[in-house]
Amino acid sequence: MKQPLTRGPVSTALLDLLGSASADDPRAGEELQEPVFSALADTPDIAFDDDLQLTLFCLYELHYSGIEGVDDAWEWAPGLIGARRRIEQTFEEKMRAAVELPQRPRTNSGDVAAALFKMTAPDGGGGISRFAAKQASAEQLQEFLTHKSIYQLREADPHTWAIPRLRGRAKAALVEIQADEYGGGRPDRVHAELFAQAMRGAGLNPEFGGYVDDVPAITLATANLMSMFGLNRRLRGAIVGHLSAYEMTSSQPSRMYANGLRRAGFGDDVAEYFDEHVEADAVHEQIAGRDMAGGLVEAEPGLLDDVLFGAAAALAIETWLGDHIMAAWKEGRSSLQPQSSFAV
Amino acid sequence: MQDENTVDAATPDTAVDPVEPDTVVDAAERETNGARRPDQSIVAYPDGPLLVRGDFEIVTPSGEPLPRNRKTVALCRCGASIIKPYCDGTHKLIGFRTDD
Ligand code: FES
Repeated sequence: MKQPLTRGPVSTALLDLLGSASADDPRAGEELQEPVFSALADTPDIAFDDDLQLTLFCLYELHYSGIEGVDDAWEWAPGLIGARRRIEQTFEEKMRAAVELPQRPRTNSGDVAAALFKMTAPDGGGGISRFAAKQASAEQLQEFLTHKSIYQLREADPHTWAIPRLRGRAKAALVEIQADEYGGGRPDRVHAELFAQAMRGAGLNPEFGGYVDDVPAITLATANLMSMFGLNRRLRGAIVGHLSAYEMTSSQPSRMYANGLRRAGFGDDVAEYFDEHVEADAVHEQIAGRDMAGGLVEAEPGLLDDVLFGAAAALAIETWLGDHIMAAWKEGRSSLQPQSSFAV
Repeated sequence: MQDENTVDAATPDTAVDPVEPDTVVDAAERETNGARRPDQSIVAYPDGPLLVRGDFEIVTPSGEPLPRNRKTVALCRCGASIIKPYCDGTHKLIGFRTDD
Protein backbone atom coordinates (compact mmCIF):
# COMPACT_ATOMS: atom_id res chain seq x y z
CA MET A 1 0.00 0.00 0.00
CA LYS A 2 1.06 3.62 -0.30
CA GLN A 3 2.77 5.24 2.67
CA PRO A 4 0.12 6.49 5.08
CA LEU A 5 0.23 9.83 6.90
CA THR A 6 1.54 9.43 10.45
CA ARG A 7 -0.78 9.88 13.44
CA GLY A 8 1.53 10.40 16.39
CA PRO A 9 4.98 9.61 17.83
CA VAL A 10 4.91 5.83 17.29
CA SER A 11 3.73 5.79 13.69
CA THR A 12 6.13 8.64 12.95
CA ALA A 13 9.03 6.71 14.47
CA LEU A 14 8.06 3.59 12.52
CA LEU A 15 7.72 5.25 9.13
CA ASP A 16 10.93 7.26 9.65
CA LEU A 17 12.75 4.07 10.50
CA LEU A 18 11.37 2.13 7.52
CA GLY A 19 12.38 4.95 5.21
CA SER A 20 15.92 5.49 6.46
CA ALA A 21 17.60 2.65 8.34
CA SER A 22 18.71 -0.74 7.02
CA ALA A 23 16.61 -3.76 7.89
CA ASP A 24 19.73 -5.93 7.85
CA ASP A 25 21.21 -4.30 10.91
CA PRO A 26 20.72 -6.93 13.68
CA ARG A 27 19.46 -4.20 16.00
CA ALA A 28 17.09 -2.79 13.39
CA GLY A 29 13.90 -1.51 14.87
CA GLU A 30 15.05 -1.24 18.48
CA GLU A 31 14.48 2.52 18.38
CA LEU A 32 10.80 1.71 18.33
CA GLN A 33 10.67 0.14 21.80
CA GLU A 34 10.75 3.41 23.68
CA PRO A 35 7.91 5.25 21.88
CA VAL A 36 5.82 2.05 21.87
CA PHE A 37 6.24 1.58 25.62
CA SER A 38 5.24 5.12 26.49
CA ALA A 39 2.30 5.12 24.08
CA LEU A 40 1.00 1.85 25.55
CA ALA A 41 1.39 3.22 29.05
CA ASP A 42 -0.57 6.35 28.13
CA THR A 43 -3.34 5.10 25.88
CA PRO A 44 -6.82 5.34 27.39
CA ASP A 45 -8.22 2.79 24.92
CA ILE A 46 -6.06 1.01 22.40
CA ALA A 47 -9.00 0.08 20.15
CA PHE A 48 -9.56 3.80 19.49
CA ASP A 49 -5.90 4.90 19.53
CA ASP A 50 -5.04 6.33 16.11
CA ASP A 51 -1.29 6.20 16.52
CA LEU A 52 -1.11 2.63 17.83
CA GLN A 53 -3.70 1.17 15.47
CA LEU A 54 -2.01 2.75 12.46
CA THR A 55 1.36 1.47 13.67
CA LEU A 56 -0.03 -2.05 14.06
CA PHE A 57 -1.69 -1.82 10.65
CA CYS A 58 1.64 -0.89 9.03
CA LEU A 59 3.51 -3.64 10.90
CA TYR A 60 1.00 -6.20 9.61
CA GLU A 61 1.12 -4.72 6.14
CA LEU A 62 4.75 -5.85 5.92
CA HIS A 63 3.38 -9.43 5.99
CA TYR A 64 0.70 -8.82 3.35
CA SER A 65 1.59 -6.65 0.39
CA GLY A 66 4.25 -4.34 1.82
CA ILE A 67 4.45 -0.56 1.95
CA GLU A 68 5.57 1.50 -1.04
CA GLY A 69 9.22 2.48 -0.83
CA VAL A 70 9.92 0.15 2.12
CA ASP A 71 12.47 -2.67 1.89
CA ASP A 72 10.69 -6.05 2.10
CA ALA A 73 13.44 -7.26 4.45
CA TRP A 74 11.79 -5.31 7.28
CA GLU A 75 9.11 -8.01 7.54
CA TRP A 76 11.12 -10.07 10.04
CA ALA A 77 13.30 -7.40 11.66
CA PRO A 78 13.42 -8.48 15.33
CA GLY A 79 12.86 -4.95 16.61
CA LEU A 80 9.62 -4.65 14.64
CA ILE A 81 8.39 -8.06 15.74
CA GLY A 82 9.13 -7.06 19.34
CA ALA A 83 7.17 -3.83 18.98
CA ARG A 84 4.31 -5.67 17.34
CA ARG A 85 4.14 -8.16 20.19
CA ARG A 86 3.95 -5.41 22.80
CA ILE A 87 1.09 -3.69 21.00
CA GLU A 88 -0.69 -6.99 20.39
CA GLN A 89 -0.44 -7.91 24.05
CA THR A 90 -2.27 -4.76 25.15
CA PHE A 91 -4.80 -5.10 22.32
CA GLU A 92 -5.52 -8.74 23.18
CA GLU A 93 -5.89 -7.95 26.89
CA LYS A 94 -8.27 -5.14 26.02
CA MET A 95 -10.43 -7.42 23.88
CA ARG A 96 -10.44 -10.23 26.44
CA ALA A 97 -11.55 -7.81 29.13
CA ALA A 98 -14.24 -6.27 26.94
CA VAL A 99 -16.18 -9.38 26.00
CA GLU A 100 -18.35 -11.72 27.95
CA LEU A 101 -18.23 -15.37 26.93
CA PRO A 102 -21.42 -17.41 26.87
CA GLN A 103 -21.83 -20.50 28.98
CA ARG A 104 -19.45 -23.19 27.68
CA PRO A 105 -21.16 -25.65 25.33
CA ARG A 106 -20.10 -29.30 25.34
CA THR A 107 -17.13 -29.92 23.08
CA ASN A 108 -18.95 -31.59 20.20
CA SER A 109 -19.46 -29.92 16.86
CA GLY A 110 -23.25 -29.63 17.10
CA ASP A 111 -23.17 -27.87 20.45
CA VAL A 112 -20.30 -25.58 19.44
CA ALA A 113 -22.18 -24.56 16.27
CA ALA A 114 -25.37 -23.97 18.27
CA ALA A 115 -23.49 -21.79 20.77
CA LEU A 116 -21.99 -19.70 17.96
CA PHE A 117 -25.35 -19.32 16.22
CA LYS A 118 -26.83 -18.17 19.51
CA MET A 119 -24.07 -15.61 20.10
CA THR A 120 -24.52 -14.17 16.63
CA ALA A 121 -28.32 -14.22 16.59
CA PRO A 122 -28.76 -10.56 17.61
CA ASP A 123 -26.86 -9.80 14.39
CA GLY A 124 -23.97 -7.43 15.03
CA GLY A 125 -24.10 -4.38 12.81
CA GLY A 126 -27.84 -4.72 12.38
CA GLY A 127 -28.31 -1.04 13.19
CA ILE A 128 -26.18 0.11 10.29
CA SER A 129 -27.57 -2.36 7.78
CA ARG A 130 -31.14 -1.36 8.58
CA PHE A 131 -30.25 2.33 8.31
CA ALA A 132 -28.40 1.65 5.05
CA ALA A 133 -31.41 -0.17 3.62
CA LYS A 134 -33.96 2.50 4.49
CA GLN A 135 -32.40 5.94 4.90
CA ALA A 136 -28.69 6.32 4.21
CA SER A 137 -27.77 8.90 1.57
CA ALA A 138 -25.54 8.05 -1.37
CA GLU A 139 -22.68 9.89 0.38
CA GLN A 140 -23.19 7.89 3.57
CA LEU A 141 -23.15 4.66 1.60
CA GLN A 142 -19.89 5.74 -0.03
CA GLU A 143 -18.52 6.39 3.43
CA PHE A 144 -19.61 2.95 4.51
CA LEU A 145 -17.83 1.40 1.52
CA THR A 146 -14.74 3.42 2.44
CA HIS A 147 -14.67 1.92 5.95
CA LYS A 148 -15.22 -1.55 4.57
CA SER A 149 -12.48 -1.17 1.95
CA ILE A 150 -9.82 -1.47 4.67
CA TYR A 151 -10.63 -5.15 4.99
CA GLN A 152 -12.80 -6.10 2.03
CA LEU A 153 -10.18 -5.27 -0.62
CA ARG A 154 -8.23 -8.16 0.82
CA GLU A 155 -11.17 -10.16 2.05
CA ALA A 156 -10.35 -13.61 3.44
CA ASP A 157 -6.56 -13.13 3.60
CA PRO A 158 -6.23 -12.82 7.40
CA HIS A 159 -8.10 -16.08 7.93
CA THR A 160 -5.97 -17.86 5.37
CA TRP A 161 -3.00 -17.63 7.76
CA ALA A 162 -4.78 -20.28 9.84
CA ILE A 163 -4.86 -22.98 7.18
CA PRO A 164 -1.52 -24.66 7.97
CA ARG A 165 -2.31 -24.49 11.67
CA LEU A 166 -5.43 -26.63 11.44
CA ARG A 167 -5.86 -30.28 10.58
CA GLY A 168 -8.48 -32.71 9.35
CA ARG A 169 -12.11 -31.66 9.33
CA ALA A 170 -11.51 -28.09 10.51
CA LYS A 171 -8.87 -27.54 7.84
CA ALA A 172 -11.02 -29.01 5.07
CA ALA A 173 -13.88 -26.74 6.13
CA LEU A 174 -11.72 -23.60 6.24
CA VAL A 175 -10.26 -24.39 2.82
CA GLU A 176 -13.73 -25.01 1.39
CA ILE A 177 -14.85 -21.57 2.62
CA GLN A 178 -11.69 -19.81 1.49
CA ALA A 179 -11.78 -21.42 -1.96
CA ASP A 180 -15.22 -19.90 -2.41
CA GLU A 181 -14.02 -16.52 -1.04
CA TYR A 182 -11.25 -16.65 -3.63
CA GLY A 183 -13.70 -17.23 -6.46
CA GLY A 184 -13.48 -21.00 -6.89
CA GLY A 185 -10.86 -20.58 -9.61
CA ARG A 186 -12.52 -17.61 -11.30
CA PRO A 187 -10.58 -14.35 -10.84
CA ASP A 188 -13.68 -12.25 -11.50
CA ARG A 189 -15.50 -14.00 -8.63
CA VAL A 190 -12.78 -13.36 -6.00
CA HIS A 191 -14.67 -11.51 -3.28
CA ALA A 192 -11.98 -8.84 -2.94
CA GLU A 193 -12.31 -8.24 -6.70
CA LEU A 194 -16.08 -7.97 -6.44
CA PHE A 195 -15.50 -5.37 -3.76
CA ALA A 196 -13.04 -3.49 -5.97
CA GLN A 197 -15.69 -3.50 -8.68
CA ALA A 198 -18.17 -2.05 -6.17
CA MET A 199 -15.69 0.69 -5.24
CA ARG A 200 -15.11 1.57 -8.88
CA GLY A 201 -18.84 1.60 -9.58
CA ALA A 202 -19.40 3.92 -6.63
CA GLY A 203 -16.76 6.35 -7.89
CA LEU A 204 -14.22 5.34 -5.22
CA ASN A 205 -10.57 4.30 -5.36
CA PRO A 206 -10.37 0.47 -5.70
CA GLU A 207 -6.69 0.23 -4.68
CA PHE A 208 -5.98 -1.53 -1.39
CA GLY A 209 -5.15 1.01 1.29
CA GLY A 210 -6.31 3.95 -0.80
CA TYR A 211 -8.33 5.21 2.17
CA VAL A 212 -6.10 4.31 5.11
CA ASP A 213 -5.64 8.01 5.88
CA ASP A 214 -9.38 8.59 5.85
CA VAL A 215 -10.61 6.00 8.33
CA PRO A 216 -10.56 6.24 12.13
CA ALA A 217 -8.59 4.02 14.48
CA ILE A 218 -11.54 1.73 15.14
CA THR A 219 -11.80 0.81 11.45
CA LEU A 220 -8.11 -0.09 11.40
CA ALA A 221 -8.68 -2.01 14.64
CA THR A 222 -11.30 -4.28 13.02
CA ALA A 223 -8.70 -5.32 10.44
CA ASN A 224 -5.87 -5.51 12.97
CA LEU A 225 -7.89 -7.81 15.20
CA MET A 226 -8.10 -10.47 12.50
CA SER A 227 -4.47 -10.06 11.48
CA MET A 228 -3.49 -10.57 15.11
CA PHE A 229 -5.64 -13.70 15.41
CA GLY A 230 -4.46 -14.99 12.04
CA LEU A 231 -0.74 -14.39 12.47
CA ASN A 232 -0.40 -15.93 15.93
CA ARG A 233 -0.69 -19.71 15.85
CA ARG A 234 -1.47 -19.61 19.57
CA LEU A 235 -4.70 -17.78 18.63
CA ARG A 236 -5.88 -20.25 15.95
CA GLY A 237 -9.03 -20.88 17.99
CA ALA A 238 -9.78 -17.16 17.97
CA ILE A 239 -9.35 -16.72 14.21
CA VAL A 240 -11.71 -19.65 13.65
CA GLY A 241 -14.26 -18.11 16.02
CA HIS A 242 -13.79 -14.75 14.30
CA LEU A 243 -14.49 -16.15 10.85
CA SER A 244 -17.52 -18.04 12.16
CA ALA A 245 -18.96 -14.84 13.62
CA TYR A 246 -18.36 -12.96 10.37
CA GLU A 247 -20.04 -15.64 8.28
CA MET A 248 -22.98 -15.90 10.67
CA THR A 249 -23.71 -12.15 10.62
CA SER A 250 -23.42 -11.57 6.90
CA SER A 251 -26.30 -12.95 4.82
CA GLN A 252 -29.16 -10.80 6.05
CA PRO A 253 -27.19 -7.54 6.44
CA SER A 254 -25.74 -8.06 2.94
CA ARG A 255 -29.24 -8.16 1.54
CA MET A 256 -30.05 -4.90 3.31
CA TYR A 257 -26.90 -3.21 1.98
CA ALA A 258 -27.73 -4.37 -1.54
CA ASN A 259 -31.25 -2.95 -1.17
CA GLY A 260 -29.93 0.33 0.21
CA LEU A 261 -27.37 0.75 -2.55
CA ARG A 262 -29.99 0.18 -5.25
CA ARG A 263 -32.42 2.52 -3.50
CA ALA A 264 -29.76 5.25 -3.47
CA GLY A 265 -29.23 4.84 -7.18
CA PHE A 266 -26.08 2.70 -7.34
CA GLY A 267 -25.93 0.06 -10.06
CA ASP A 268 -25.77 -3.71 -10.02
CA ASP A 269 -21.98 -3.52 -10.26
CA VAL A 270 -21.95 -1.96 -6.79
CA ALA A 271 -24.67 -4.18 -5.29
CA GLU A 272 -23.31 -7.43 -6.71
CA TYR A 273 -20.72 -7.87 -3.97
CA PHE A 274 -23.53 -7.83 -1.42
CA ASP A 275 -25.87 -10.01 -3.50
CA GLU A 276 -23.08 -12.57 -3.68
CA HIS A 277 -22.70 -12.57 0.11
CA VAL A 278 -26.36 -13.27 0.76
CA GLU A 279 -25.97 -16.64 -0.93
CA ALA A 280 -22.32 -17.40 -0.18
CA ASP A 281 -22.47 -16.75 3.53
CA ALA A 282 -25.61 -18.83 3.99
CA VAL A 283 -23.40 -21.72 2.81
CA HIS A 284 -20.31 -20.63 4.72
CA GLU A 285 -22.01 -20.12 8.07
CA GLN A 286 -23.05 -23.77 8.19
CA ILE A 287 -19.59 -25.04 7.26
CA ALA A 288 -17.95 -22.55 9.63
CA GLY A 289 -20.04 -23.33 12.69
CA ARG A 290 -20.20 -27.07 12.54
CA ASP A 291 -17.26 -28.28 10.52
CA MET A 292 -14.62 -25.62 11.06
CA ALA A 293 -15.26 -24.36 14.60
CA GLY A 294 -16.96 -27.56 15.78
CA GLY A 295 -14.36 -29.73 14.07
CA LEU A 296 -11.52 -27.75 15.67
CA VAL A 297 -13.00 -28.00 19.16
CA GLU A 298 -13.56 -31.74 18.76
CA ALA A 299 -9.92 -32.13 17.75
CA GLU A 300 -8.54 -29.66 20.32
CA PRO A 301 -11.08 -29.22 23.13
CA GLY A 302 -8.69 -26.86 24.92
CA LEU A 303 -9.36 -24.27 22.22
CA LEU A 304 -13.08 -23.94 22.99
CA ASP A 305 -12.71 -20.74 25.01
CA ASP A 306 -10.58 -19.13 22.31
CA VAL A 307 -13.13 -20.00 19.62
CA LEU A 308 -15.83 -18.30 21.68
CA PHE A 309 -13.49 -15.40 22.44
CA GLY A 310 -12.68 -14.90 18.75
CA ALA A 311 -16.37 -14.76 17.88
CA ALA A 312 -17.20 -12.44 20.78
CA ALA A 313 -14.28 -10.13 19.94
CA ALA A 314 -15.36 -9.92 16.30
CA LEU A 315 -18.90 -9.00 17.32
CA ALA A 316 -17.69 -6.44 19.88
CA ILE A 317 -15.33 -4.60 17.57
CA GLU A 318 -17.87 -4.52 14.74
CA THR A 319 -20.40 -3.09 17.19
CA TRP A 320 -17.95 -0.36 18.23
CA LEU A 321 -17.33 0.53 14.60
CA GLY A 322 -21.06 0.51 13.86
CA ASP A 323 -21.72 2.74 16.89
CA HIS A 324 -19.01 5.15 15.76
CA ILE A 325 -20.53 5.44 12.29
CA MET A 326 -24.12 5.76 13.48
CA ALA A 327 -23.21 8.37 16.13
CA ALA A 328 -21.60 10.54 13.44
CA TRP A 329 -24.48 10.12 11.02
CA LYS A 330 -27.08 10.94 13.64
CA GLU A 331 -25.31 14.26 14.17
CA GLY A 332 -25.12 14.86 10.45
CA ARG A 333 -21.29 14.49 10.46
CA SER A 334 -18.95 12.31 8.44
CA SER A 335 -17.72 9.19 10.25
CA LEU A 336 -14.34 9.48 8.56
CA GLN A 337 -11.27 11.31 9.87
CA PRO A 338 -11.80 15.06 10.40
CA GLN A 339 -9.00 15.95 7.99
CA SER A 340 -10.13 13.37 5.46
CA SER A 341 -9.53 14.50 1.93
CA PHE A 342 -12.30 12.14 0.92
CA ALA A 343 -14.26 14.14 -1.59
CA VAL A 344 -17.60 13.00 -2.91
CA MET B 1 -1.08 -45.17 -3.43
CA GLN B 2 -0.03 -48.50 -5.00
CA ASP B 3 -2.91 -50.90 -4.40
CA GLU B 4 -5.74 -48.51 -4.16
CA ASN B 5 -6.99 -48.86 -7.70
CA THR B 6 -6.69 -52.57 -8.32
CA VAL B 7 -10.22 -53.97 -8.45
CA ASP B 8 -12.19 -50.76 -8.67
CA ALA B 9 -10.22 -49.35 -11.56
CA ALA B 10 -10.80 -52.50 -13.55
CA THR B 11 -14.52 -52.25 -13.06
CA PRO B 12 -15.23 -48.55 -13.06
CA ASP B 13 -18.99 -48.98 -13.32
CA THR B 14 -19.16 -50.53 -9.90
CA ALA B 15 -16.47 -48.39 -8.33
CA VAL B 16 -18.91 -45.88 -6.94
CA ASP B 17 -22.20 -46.58 -5.26
CA PRO B 18 -25.03 -45.19 -7.29
CA VAL B 19 -26.61 -42.22 -5.58
CA GLU B 20 -30.31 -41.59 -5.65
CA PRO B 21 -30.82 -37.91 -6.41
CA ASP B 22 -32.99 -37.28 -3.42
CA THR B 23 -31.02 -39.28 -0.91
CA VAL B 24 -29.79 -37.48 2.14
CA VAL B 25 -26.45 -39.17 2.33
CA ASP B 26 -25.42 -38.26 5.79
CA ALA B 27 -27.08 -36.15 8.38
CA ALA B 28 -24.95 -33.31 9.64
CA GLU B 29 -21.80 -35.26 10.40
CA ARG B 30 -19.53 -35.81 7.44
CA GLU B 31 -17.99 -39.25 7.59
CA THR B 32 -14.30 -39.20 8.26
CA ASN B 33 -13.74 -42.92 8.71
CA GLY B 34 -12.15 -43.45 5.33
CA ALA B 35 -15.01 -45.53 3.99
CA ARG B 36 -15.63 -45.33 0.26
CA ARG B 37 -17.72 -42.27 -0.34
CA PRO B 38 -20.04 -41.29 -3.14
CA ASP B 39 -19.16 -38.46 -5.50
CA GLN B 40 -22.06 -36.36 -4.30
CA SER B 41 -23.23 -35.68 -0.82
CA ILE B 42 -26.14 -33.85 0.71
CA VAL B 43 -25.66 -32.80 4.30
CA ALA B 44 -28.74 -31.85 6.28
CA TYR B 45 -27.71 -29.17 8.76
CA PRO B 46 -29.95 -29.06 11.84
CA ASP B 47 -32.39 -26.12 11.80
CA GLY B 48 -30.91 -25.03 8.47
CA PRO B 49 -30.37 -25.80 4.79
CA LEU B 50 -29.19 -28.84 2.86
CA LEU B 51 -25.60 -28.46 1.71
CA VAL B 52 -24.95 -30.17 -1.60
CA ARG B 53 -21.41 -31.03 -2.68
CA GLY B 54 -19.96 -32.79 -5.66
CA ASP B 55 -20.85 -33.15 -9.30
CA PHE B 56 -24.48 -32.21 -9.88
CA GLU B 57 -26.72 -29.88 -11.79
CA ILE B 58 -29.72 -27.94 -10.57
CA VAL B 59 -32.33 -27.56 -13.31
CA THR B 60 -35.81 -26.15 -13.69
CA PRO B 61 -38.73 -28.55 -14.29
CA SER B 62 -38.16 -28.02 -18.02
CA GLY B 63 -34.50 -28.89 -17.71
CA GLU B 64 -32.91 -25.44 -17.94
CA PRO B 65 -29.87 -25.17 -15.68
CA LEU B 66 -30.29 -22.70 -12.82
CA PRO B 67 -27.59 -20.10 -12.29
CA ARG B 68 -24.99 -21.44 -9.91
CA ASN B 69 -22.00 -19.48 -8.64
CA ARG B 70 -20.29 -21.96 -6.35
CA LYS B 71 -19.26 -25.56 -6.00
CA THR B 72 -21.06 -26.22 -2.73
CA VAL B 73 -24.57 -24.83 -2.47
CA ALA B 74 -27.08 -24.54 0.36
CA LEU B 75 -30.63 -25.46 -0.63
CA CYS B 76 -33.43 -23.89 1.39
CA ARG B 77 -35.63 -26.35 3.25
CA CYS B 78 -37.53 -23.88 5.42
CA GLY B 79 -39.35 -22.36 2.46
CA ALA B 80 -38.69 -18.76 3.46
CA SER B 81 -35.63 -17.86 1.38
CA ILE B 82 -36.12 -15.18 -1.25
CA ILE B 83 -33.39 -16.64 -3.45
CA LYS B 84 -34.89 -20.14 -3.64
CA PRO B 85 -33.83 -22.81 -4.24
CA TYR B 86 -30.83 -21.41 -2.40
CA CYS B 87 -30.79 -20.60 1.30
CA ASP B 88 -30.30 -16.96 2.30
CA GLY B 89 -30.18 -17.42 6.06
CA THR B 90 -33.84 -16.48 6.63
CA HIS B 91 -34.40 -19.80 8.43
CA LYS B 92 -32.70 -18.21 11.45
CA LEU B 93 -35.14 -15.32 11.53
CA ILE B 94 -38.23 -17.50 11.37
CA GLY B 95 -36.97 -19.95 14.00
CA PHE B 96 -37.03 -22.95 11.64
CA ARG B 97 -36.52 -26.22 13.55
CA THR B 98 -35.75 -29.65 12.14
CA ASP B 99 -36.11 -31.81 15.28
CA ASP B 100 -32.80 -33.60 14.88
S1 FES C 1 -33.17 -23.04 4.92
FE1 FES C 1 -32.09 -21.19 4.97
S2 FES C 1 -33.53 -19.78 4.25
FE2 FES C 1 -34.63 -21.63 4.17
